[in-house]
Amino acid sequence: MADFRFAVAVMPKAGILDPQGRAVEQSLPHLEITGVRRVRVGRRVELTVEAPDEAAARAVVERLAHELLSNPLIESYAVELVGATSSIRVEASGAGRAEGRP
Amino acid sequence: MKVGIAVFPGSNCDTDALHAVRLAGADGELLWHEEADLHGVDVVILPGGFAYGDYLRAGVIARFSPIMRAVAAHAARGGLVLGICNGFQVLAEAGLLPGALLRNASLRFVHRWVTIRVERDDSPFTAGIPAGTLLRMPVAHGEGCYFAEEVTLDALERDGRVLFRYLDNPNGSLRDIAGVRSTTGNVAGLMPHPERAAEPLLGTDDGLRLLRSLVGSAGASLAAAWVR
Repeated sequence: MADFRFAVAVMPKAGILDPQGRAVEQSLPHLEITGVRRVRVGRRVELTVEAPDEAAARAVVERLAHELLSNPLIESYAVELVGATSSIRVEASGAGRAEGRP
Repeated sequence: MKVGIAVFPGSNCDTDALHAVRLAGADGELLWHEEADLHGVDVVILPGGFAYGDYLRAGVIARFSPIMRAVAAHAARGGLVLGICNGFQVLAEAGLLPGALLRNASLRFVHRWVTIRVERDDSPFTAGIPAGTLLRMPVAHGEGCYFAEEVTLDALERDGRVLFRYLDNPNGSLRDIAGVRSTTGNVAGLMPHPERAAEPLLGTDDGLRLLRSLVGSAGASLAAAWVR
């Protein structure tokens, strides 16, 4: 097993009113910034999945992103792998699997 | 005739709703979200509040509560379900009602009295209230901007599933929609709070008229007849 670290970016779909993006745009003159357009504000969720391989881990994240992290009617999402590490287990004799993961 | 009111962590209109359904002539009972059992109630109300702190999206985490499996089964059997404010958001996230409730166009939490027009009187939620009737009740929400795709909005209009419209749209809702019902007609949601307008002491009892319709429809065992 290994740990896979993912980032899920959830964004309002094109055509959906994004008042947060509009508010950011409207603040730009106060910073004397020009030439910035089409601001969209979304959400980034990072999470770690323990799985035998990347494909299995990604399948879990896709389901989570589709069913919980995003509302497919109004939001789109993109899943990105940001890191992976092999799980290191303490196999102390007689301790079995008592060494739980945090 | 018994109305069950679901209580999620963060619900805050549950006891108001309980009080109002009793004023409307029904027995009421609070139903804890961890239980997948509706205790034999005839009608379920999902009340207002901030279930699970509105984290992630308003209503989405409540949608996965055990009680929502029972609510979905109740709805599938033709049982009446009403979502008020946060309850409407939960029903939309659960797919029991069409559309979604987005952040208010103003980005502000709106809390004020609004006037809504009853669009249909052929529903168990509005029976006895003639179409065109104006009702005053409060809104209090940050995410009440009703959204659905154009094709869905057209279908809602065509099928008479828009139950209530704002006269003075407080949140940017498409087509001024304040409340809708399901294709089967036995599930409805609205953003305004009928339970907060349920007796003259609160300014008006306009909201009680809705709850009386609901209780009356369920009591007369008309629910099955309303399911198309």
